[in-house]
Amino acid sequence: MERPLTRNFRPGQEPLDLEEYEKVGGYEAVRKALKGMSPAELIELVKESCLRGRGGAGFPTGRKWESVPAGQEAPRPKYFIVDADEMEPGTFKDRFLMEGDPNQLVEGIILGAYAVQADIAFIFLRREYTLVAKRLRKAIAQAYEHRYLGKNVAGSDFSLELHLHVSAGRYICGEGSALVRALQGQRAIPGTRPPQQTESGLWGKPTVINNAETLCNIPHIVNHGAEWYRGLSVGEDGGTKIYGVSGKVKKPGAWELPMGTTLRELLEEHAGGMRDGLRFKGALPGGASTDFLVEEHLDTAMDFDSVQKAGSRLGTGTAIVLDDRTCPVGLVHNLERFFARESCGWCTPCREGLPWIAEILGDIEEGKGSPEDLEILESHTSLLWFGRTFCALAPGAMEPLKSALKFFRDDFEAHLREKRCPWR
Amino acid sequence: MATIYIENVPYEVKDGQNLLTACLSLGFNIPYFCWHPALHSVGSCRLCAVKVFRDAKDTRGHIMMSCMTPASDGTRLSVDDPEVKEFRAAVLEWLMINHPHDCPVCDEGGECHLQDMTVMTGHNYRRTRSRKRTFRNQNLGPFINHEMNRCIQCYRCVRFYRDHAGGRDLNVFGIHDRLYFGRFDDGALESPFSGNLVEVCPTGVFTDKTLRRHYTRKWDLQTAPSVCVHCGLGCNTIPGERYGMLRRILNRYHEDVNGYFICDRGRFGYEFVNADKRVKSPLIRREEGQGIASFDAITAEDALDRLQVVLNGASGIIGIGSPRASLESNFALARLVGPERFSSGIAAKEHDLVATILSILRNGPARSASLHDVERSDAVLVLGEDVSNTAPRMALSLRGSVLVQPMKAAAERLKIPLWSAGSVKQACQDDKGPLFVATPGATGIDDVAAVTLRLSPDDITRLGFAVAAALDPSAAPAVGDLSEDLKAAAAGIAEALQSADRPLVVSGTGCGSKKVIEAAGNVAWALCRRKKDAAISLVVPECNSLGVALMGGASLEEAFKQVQSGKADTVVIMENDLYRRAASSTVTELLEKARTVVVLDHLANRCTEKADLVLPVGTFAETDGTLVNAEGRAQRFYRVFVGTGDMRAGWQWLDSSAGREKAWETLDEVDAALASAIPIFEPILHIAPPAGFRVQGLKIPREAHRYSGRTAMKANINVHEQAPPVDQDSALAFSMEGYQGQPPSALVPRYWAPGWNSVQSLNKFQGEVGGSLRGGNPGRRLIEPSGNSDIELLREAPEAVERPKGRWQIVPLHHVFGSEELSVLSPGVNELAPTPYLGVAEETAISLGIGEGDSVTLTVGGVVYSLKAKIVEGLAPGILGLPVGLPGTEKCDLPAWGEVTKAKGTGKVSIDG
Repeated sequence: MERPLTRNFRPGQEPLDLEEYEKVGGYEAVRKALKGMSPAELIELVKESCLRGRGGAGFPTGRKWESVPAGQEAPRPKYFIVDADEMEPGTFKDRFLMEGDPNQLVEGIILGAYAVQADIAFIFLRREYTLVAKRLRKAIAQAYEHRYLGKNVAGSDFSLELHLHVSAGRYICGEGSALVRALQGQRAIPGTRPPQQTESGLWGKPTVINNAETLCNIPHIVNHGAEWYRGLSVGEDGGTKIYGVSGKVKKPGAWELPMGTTLRELLEEHAGGMRDGLRFKGALPGGASTDFLVEEHLDTAMDFDSVQKAGSRLGTGTAIVLDDRTCPVGLVHNLERFFARESCGWCTPCREGLPWIAEILGDIEEGKGSPEDLEILESHTSLLWFGRTFCALAPGAMEPLKSALKFFRDDFEAHLREKRCPWR
Repeated sequence: MATIYIENVPYEVKDGQNLLTACLSLGFNIPYFCWHPALHSVGSCRLCAVKVFRDAKDTRGHIMMSCMTPASDGTRLSVDDPEVKEFRAAVLEWLMINHPHDCPVCDEGGECHLQDMTVMTGHNYRRTRSRKRTFRNQNLGPFINHEMNRCIQCYRCVRFYRDHAGGRDLNVFGIHDRLYFGRFDDGALESPFSGNLVEVCPTGVFTDKTLRRHYTRKWDLQTAPSVCVHCGLGCNTIPGERYGMLRRILNRYHEDVNGYFICDRGRFGYEFVNADKRVKSPLIRREEGQGIASFDAITAEDALDRLQVVLNGASGIIGIGSPRASLESNFALARLVGPERFSSGIAAKEHDLVATILSILRNGPARSASLHDVERSDAVLVLGEDVSNTAPRMALSLRGSVLVQPMKAAAERLKIPLWSAGSVKQACQDDKGPLFVATPGATGIDDVAAVTLRLSPDDITRLGFAVAAALDPSAAPAVGDLSEDLKAAAAGIAEALQSADRPLVVSGTGCGSKKVIEAAGNVAWALCRRKKDAAISLVVPECNSLGVALMGGASLEEAFKQVQSGKADTVVIMENDLYRRAASSTVTELLEKARTVVVLDHLANRCTEKADLVLPVGTFAETDGTLVNAEGRAQRFYRVFVGTGDMRAGWQWLDSSAGREKAWETLDEVDAALASAIPIFEPILHIAPPAGFRVQGLKIPREAHRYSGRTAMKANINVHEQAPPVDQDSALAFSMEGYQGQPPSALVPRYWAPGWNSVQSLNKFQGEVGGSLRGGNPGRRLIEPSGNSDIELLREAPEAVERPKGRWQIVPLHHVFGSEELSVLSPGVNELAPTPYLGVAEETAISLGIGEGDSVTLTVGGVVYSLKAKIVEGLAPGILGLPVGLPGTEKCDLPAWGEVTKAKGTGKVSIDG
């Protein structure tokens, strides 16, 4: 099985520096693309590869790039932003990639920026990722030294400045327009569409925002072609995916596997199954803002469309596993407290609804809930749904709650009946 | 036009709006919080949800925010869908989780948009168990009270204060459900538009602190349509009274004038009406020897008799009118003394400036701009005028004008609707259209100007002429010896004005230079010669400066001469403190030389002290009349309440005393006489319905139908309910009885509609949201431009002026709080007014060898001032600034050359110990 994204990983050691990276074929793709491919050809190649964004929404990367105004008339400068503000609970795939092979991300950024002819790129990095910051700083400095960044990248006409921005970011910065505002030094609040970011993003200029994992794929697509890339996958979407599992499994971790690997394979083969004495009860397949999948869904292929069909979302592809000895109400309460805290405060349902939900869940967990509370929770799963809220934060927060109320309703009722948490 | 279907019924609506404005304009009630007709849509509160259907077959539909959804052709929506109603009630339930139930003690109660929306959505019972969050409130200065616990986080305050009015010291702090809207620290709000927060805030977070000190509920206020008297712009207002005391001022919407907002001088300057210095009864002077005199109160009848004696015995009467008195009062005075003996009451210099303005407006092809026109202009040149201090509301309009070009470009490039404030902000970022500000000192709009030039009045004139020459070299003279910088600036300004669709030139009396005003006229006319639709806005200092100028009359100095030469021995002064207009010695000499001095005014001042007979007149709140604003628009103001004692309008006193049959009984008759005597005033006959106007046989009540205490409020005087005063001058009544529906727009005494108790009920008074009032915008323009665009331009370009050695040019500095005569008598305004100082730029201070706070002596125009020096940023080189109009400061014509010396001993005193 090919594992292009993690092929240079040296667990327990410093990652490859730029020279070492070049020795194993690093920056080949940059030289190849900037000398031999037009931006349009590169976009076409990425479209053919069926690469879909790894940040959670799964938007086809090539199509996103295509929507950036091109040509002489296009407003300048154009910006290219890497969203590395990885804050989805249970998710650590970008950290895994950036710590393991920082040069790979820098190379991907150069290629992406070339495709849309961006002038300035930013990596918007989660503040807590201090090791990543250190390693990226080195990779960027070396890329400047070796003329992969700055004026005339690799001897071509293309120039690119790359800045690492260690953010004071929050969960809401996963919303691109909020990220852009945070980068501008403003309150991180989602913006109104239209205009689209690709037309008017950072400082009103055309802006692409790609997830860090997405970009790590680009060098390999350029080096080996779209067909090879599609062939890595066992499903419709191209490539490999960094899957992760957390929770009470034997070997929690992250692995590069073919896109479309089933949840069962992930849990049983790679995560080593549940810890002894525990039974699988459910999983949030793609981070905290996805619906629970349960036993019956274990054979779902972990690609965007299949997980959607099963009633959840692939999200970040990093599953949080719930076992039978952990209280689902407590788990959901913990998540909703997180979402309430991370609400930016812009729209009423999210700002006021989420704290109320968290409070009710806390009360139920403490044995102080009433049957009416379940009705309130139930109604909020539709009141805080898409279209009613300003952005996707609150609907995302409703996904684990809604599915928990569906699959684990008995557990909620047991709390009310017994006026205590049965797991305590 | 687009056809939209509401509950399957088709409606024609105007293209390019959103569903919320379309539905509100059609009369549907959709609740909302964060949307504001002037601040537009951001989609944060989520209250205005409606259900939108894909097509006629779609029965499920989608919940969408009406403020964020275009009303495009074929849109099908439901306002009353059960799912939508449930969602809106949920929004209120969320907001009520933390909102205190303190309505009975909240100043907003009874005119609270949150109350209205809560009732409208039907949320009733509390289901949450949590304790409510609380905040610490801030002291925001003399105007605004802060009560953060009531906040519902609609973001309107910061959107108005920062995005619309350019303020910087109010913001939102914090995140999730703990947001704080306030300043970084306690302190008076810096923006002169802070008072609008009272109306912008949908609940009681920001309330009127001046009202709080003499609080009255909205429904207990007696109100009438009025016009602001604190500058020349004529913003429309709604003053409210109870127990004979003026309690507050609200904005009165006028599409072409002030729109939704007024400045703090206009809103909080009203307390002079309640001042202790009010003259409440006629006073007659009694000499007590050795130059000491006292005044005895007499009855109105005795006063009229006395006046009769004075007038009959006079060998010549001079009438001194006033730019702060109504047309009617000035006219009554002119009629009493005869036009040749009538003075406008404006000193010669300013008289000349206003005459120049009038001549530019009447004879030229450039249209005088309304504030609404200013806001829609797409390139603006300001010459010499610090509008943020002389005509504050215009600064707000100019802030709007700089967005016109960026918004147009963004709409074309990105296809965003301009009502989507978030989209516009994202697309335009900090882009600004061309605004050029050339003034002697810093102004409050510099932050949005493309170019600011700090120049002496002479150089401003030369710049203006250079711009005109660049626009039309054949008609305008070239300007010699212009510096390269100014040449380039002039070329850039000309280019920007020339390529704009609606260029505007702004100037006025503010920097005291006739040549600057002429230069502004030349630029506007040169644009007209180039076939541009150019407008001009010329700021005048007072609420009726233009009106009294239109009436004619000599300058104040001419009147003085007639007394000095013995042609007249009696002076009648109408609402005018002459000490603010001429040197004290001159005024005192005049008043002492005249055998008899009669003063009609509402406040005791230095003039009334010298009078032989003082007649009490009502302020704007106690009289009716007509004012003409800087645009040339005649507007009517109405009595809000009946003043105490023998207070009357100036015209009523003078007509009663004319020594013959009373010429007129009512205001309408004065106006008829005025229109026939001076035909330019003919339109004032049409600015408001006549006194006999009735709806269904009823007058329009000044009191709401919920007005309380009618029978009890004067029970301490007489237990029998007294008949309400009769108003024979207008169709308004001092009563709660009458027609409670919507009257003609000029007579709207308050905004209220069933279910809409707050100022938001204004929507119900407009033909369409943000458009004109039902029945048309009140007031009439008296001056229209001449059709001839081939106008001759002024041919004489002024030459560069060298600064005489050892002398400095002293320019007037205006202060929004302090420079205006009446508002500064209000405690809050007074608190924010500066003490007199000499403004010095830092470099100038170094060359003068003075520092901040040093005592200096300034000699200018024959007046010697002892002042403290103050370092003022942004004054042009060679220029010193002297605040004008501050109470007690000696009048002096500026700009003028002056000398400055450091007072002896300052800075050298050492204190032991």
